[in-house]
Amino acid sequence: MAAEPRELRDDVLNGLQLSTQLERVWRTPSGFLGALMSVDHKVVGRRYIVTAFVFLLLGGILAILMRIQLAGPEKTFLSADKYNQVFTMHGSTMMFLFAVPVMEAFAVYLVPLMVGTRNIAFPRLNAFSYWMFLFGGCFLWISFALNVGPDVGWFAYVPLSSLQYTPTKRPDVWAQMITFTEVAALAVSVEIVVTVFKQRAPGMTLDRIPLFVWAMLVTSFLVMFAMPSIMVASTSLILDRLVNTRFYDSSSGGHPLLWQHLFWFFGHPEVYIIFIPGTGMVSAILATFARRPVVGYPVVILSLIATGFLSFGLWVHHMFVTGLPQLGAGLFTASSMLIAVPSGLQIFCWLATLWDGRPVYRTPLLFVIGFVVIFVLGGLSGVMVASVPIDTQVHDTYFVVAHFHYVLIGGAVFPLIGAVYYWFPKIAGRMLSERLGRWNFWLAFIGFNVAFFPMHILGLIGMPRRVYTYTADMDWAHLNLLSSGGALIFALSFALLLVNVIYSLRKAELAGDNPWNASTLEWATSSPPPPQNFDRIPVVKHRDPLWADNESLPVVAGLSAERREVLLTSLAEAEPQIREASPEPSIWPLLTAIATTVFFIGSIFTPWAVLWGTPPMAVALIGWFWPTGSKEDEE
Amino acid sequence: MPYLLAACAGRQSALDPQGLQSEQIQQTLFIFLAVAAVVWIAVMIVLALSMLRRKRLADQPLDLHQGFEERTGQIILGLGIVTTVIVLGLSIVSYAGQGTIFAKDEHPLTLKIIGHQWWWEVRYEDDSPHRSFVTANEIRIPTGRPVKVELETADVIHSFWVPSLTGKIDLITGQKNELQFTAKNAGVYRGQCAEFCGLQHAHMAFAVIALPPDEFARWREHENHGASSPTDQLGKQGEALFRARGCALCHNISGTLAGGQLGPDLTHIGNRVTIAAGTLPNRPATLGAWIADSQHIKPGNLMPKMPLQSGELIAIIHYLEQLK
Ligand code: HEM
Ligand SMILES: [Cu+2]
Repeated sequence: MAAEPRELRDDVLNGLQLSTQLERVWRTPSGFLGALMSVDHKVVGRRYIVTAFVFLLLGGILAILMRIQLAGPEKTFLSADKYNQVFTMHGSTMMFLFAVPVMEAFAVYLVPLMVGTRNIAFPRLNAFSYWMFLFGGCFLWISFALNVGPDVGWFAYVPLSSLQYTPTKRPDVWAQMITFTEVAALAVSVEIVVTVFKQRAPGMTLDRIPLFVWAMLVTSFLVMFAMPSIMVASTSLILDRLVNTRFYDSSSGGHPLLWQHLFWFFGHPEVYIIFIPGTGMVSAILATFARRPVVGYPVVILSLIATGFLSFGLWVHHMFVTGLPQLGAGLFTASSMLIAVPSGLQIFCWLATLWDGRPVYRTPLLFVIGFVVIFVLGGLSGVMVASVPIDTQVHDTYFVVAHFHYVLIGGAVFPLIGAVYYWFPKIAGRMLSERLGRWNFWLAFIGFNVAFFPMHILGLIGMPRRVYTYTADMDWAHLNLLSSGGALIFALSFALLLVNVIYSLRKAELAGDNPWNASTLEWATSSPPPPQNFDRIPVVKHRDPLWADNESLPVVAGLSAERREVLLTSLAEAEPQIREASPEPSIWPLLTAIATTVFFIGSIFTPWAVLWGTPPMAVALIGWFWPTGSKEDEE
Repeated sequence: MPYLLAACAGRQSALDPQGLQSEQIQQTLFIFLAVAAVVWIAVMIVLALSMLRRKRLADQPLDLHQGFEERTGQIILGLGIVTTVIVLGLSIVSYAGQGTIFAKDEHPLTLKIIGHQWWWEVRYEDDSPHRSFVTANEIRIPTGRPVKVELETADVIHSFWVPSLTGKIDLITGQKNELQFTAKNAGVYRGQCAEFCGLQHAHMAFAVIALPPDEFARWREHENHGASSPTDQLGKQGEALFRARGCALCHNISGTLAGGQLGPDLTHIGNRVTIAAGTLPNRPATLGAWIADSQHIKPGNLMPKMPLQSGELIAIIHYLEQLK
């Protein structure tokens, strides 16, 4: 190549030459080591998605264990100790290892494709984020298997989680796992924000960004503002437990309510960190299957942003029964209920889309319709919980358990399963079975409602949550049995999804590039996409590029064909600015993650880990950032 | 809906209000429930109609017509305003209810309740010390008179909740909370700790026994007296064993030498409905089972297994039974 002074640009190559050349430049190195080095957002995203679903499976198994224990009065299937670990692990796994990561994982896979770029911003950070998530999750689950799983609830309230009342290592395990997953979540958020702001295809102005990408953008900001709060909270907890600080100790000037404020300042936005990506999936699916763009694009975006802002003003409604001043609590009632307005506006926009569209009822759309039915109900019970008088009765009862499963499962898991059916062809290149899909939907919809609707009533007739048993004379047995039966049906629906995926990966029909005839850029490339995503970077002239210019998507030329390069564009107008090198595969993100893991786990047992744990991390980071000359220099 | 739910009302139920506050809360709840039902049904109707509507036939996805977008925009905006109005209206309803349930009476009967892992200490305090007494896991109150409970915790956060009488409030370390309520009818109302407080959170219940005022006065008078000494031989033996075997290290029995403060006060245990914070009915057999091996019944509770011979156990049970 030394013979050729000028670099090879994509405009001098024809279609086939270009794609082979780019594929060679962008592909993940082969072999096991190569796989560990991958910085391709699609490879990382796929791993991320699969790992998050494995955690869903594990969390789901725990849910079933709980439902077996509670199916009848005074059952001895699980001991008190096991039950407490199980519900803590269920909540923590679902929130920290499934719901948030799975949304980020979809974003890692889809956002670069949807905005028309070759890789995510900071691909090595992305790989690092995945490893941190994997190690944090494994660490939590291995602890659980070794019977040191946390047992103080996913809220881990002090002083119960303090050294005095839980002298085992269990809360430390919990708190460290939080730190792991938060590092991962923050990293992904930064990547998403930069990818969306700087790497959009030329012409994708702010009002042409797909709604799913908007949703992930808002979510990323929520993560960046909410997660530090929980990191401060859990780090203070570790310090209290390990080196005797007194952040939460009321006998020496701390206060246990500090924990609750910090926790819920994170914990409430957390729900929207899970729900907002769900709305993005709904918008994407709805537009494709209603065969028209979502009505009120600007309204939807403003609603997303408003929801994001409001979600930070509501944390106090988790603390209505802690004896806060009444007037303040009243104001938080109003602000909490107001979040129903942006959510409502989005629902109206979707209904209008369905109304005016010509819907094709394939499985993804069924899940979106299930979402509307369930989520609206969950939102309305949320309005009830936001009322101080009602909350004093239903707080910490099964009414709340019902409410938040309606919101989390209705608002996020239903869209998510729809999204699996919708984007599976993109990721795997094959369609999922439609027949199994319908069974999957109906079992999920019926099972879910049978499992969770009765819990509303159980809460109102006095059943507190987090109890491992109850007596026969409490009149809770029938509804609990019903609920457990529903949970089994619901679980069956996930088993069916698994069967469908495994079967379709091998046997199902090939998808083709754009099987649903969708409008957004990820469908402009082949399914599954090649390592370079796009042979030529598209130029966007319309909000629905594939519907507007189906046959001839315009493209830019001039990117290097012999190095990894992405095109940076301006923030608002997405005008091309410069070409920038995108990092090569590297083993260092993995090694850094290992070093960080040793550091985090070590510091549970001894504060000295802070000393001996940092040098390996430093070495790994130096390896990561060691300046390497560009290829031309070497040659 | 209310009728359907009322059929399910149990002994610890927000849908079976027996107090001024719980009635108020139920009213607020039903208003919210009615509004929610109307909204949900309305949305479902629109959803169903939009699915059933006969659609124009056209296959170009991007066949938009400006008129629809504009009209729909206005409808959506209108619905947004309606939502806001509903939400603000409900906020006002809620705030009004809040005022009623948290209203403070000038001269309530005041009790102090202290949460422990996993039982409740109940103190009836009086200006003259000999008229103060302590009991556990059972709260007797007069009907028709406002009761103020002052809540503290000895260890972690608990939550005081008697749904038939009023909503809950937490007992928070290093903080004093209070709650007022009035029972309208005589009866036994079950309450239960509502904030997860460790291993035996599920077994941290209690009973509120609302008595007609004169009966309550008589009971209170009686409680001012310490335990009466046992009259028979077996009882006397039990009393001695109670001290000799270490029970008295943790339990108090007023009027005797037993003065432990760690466990529940047992002065009038013979009168109580349940033992171990609502875990078991109070009968000789259950009492014996508890004393012999409380860890079997409520694993992890803070009472150790007592090494007793069966004769000793019988004497102690007999003694405790007499403490009325
Ligand atoms: C098969 C589906 C599921 C079933 C049957 C189920 C059932 C349950 C049950 C019985 C509890 C315990 C309630 C208590 O004792 O307080 C619970 C708690 C919880 N669930 Fe689920 N659940 C399911 C799926 C999910 C999903 C998908 C999520 C989140 C995305 C989730 C999030 C939570 C959380 C955060 C808690 C609270 C844990 C705690 O109190 O510490 N669940 N669930
Ligand atoms: Cu408690």
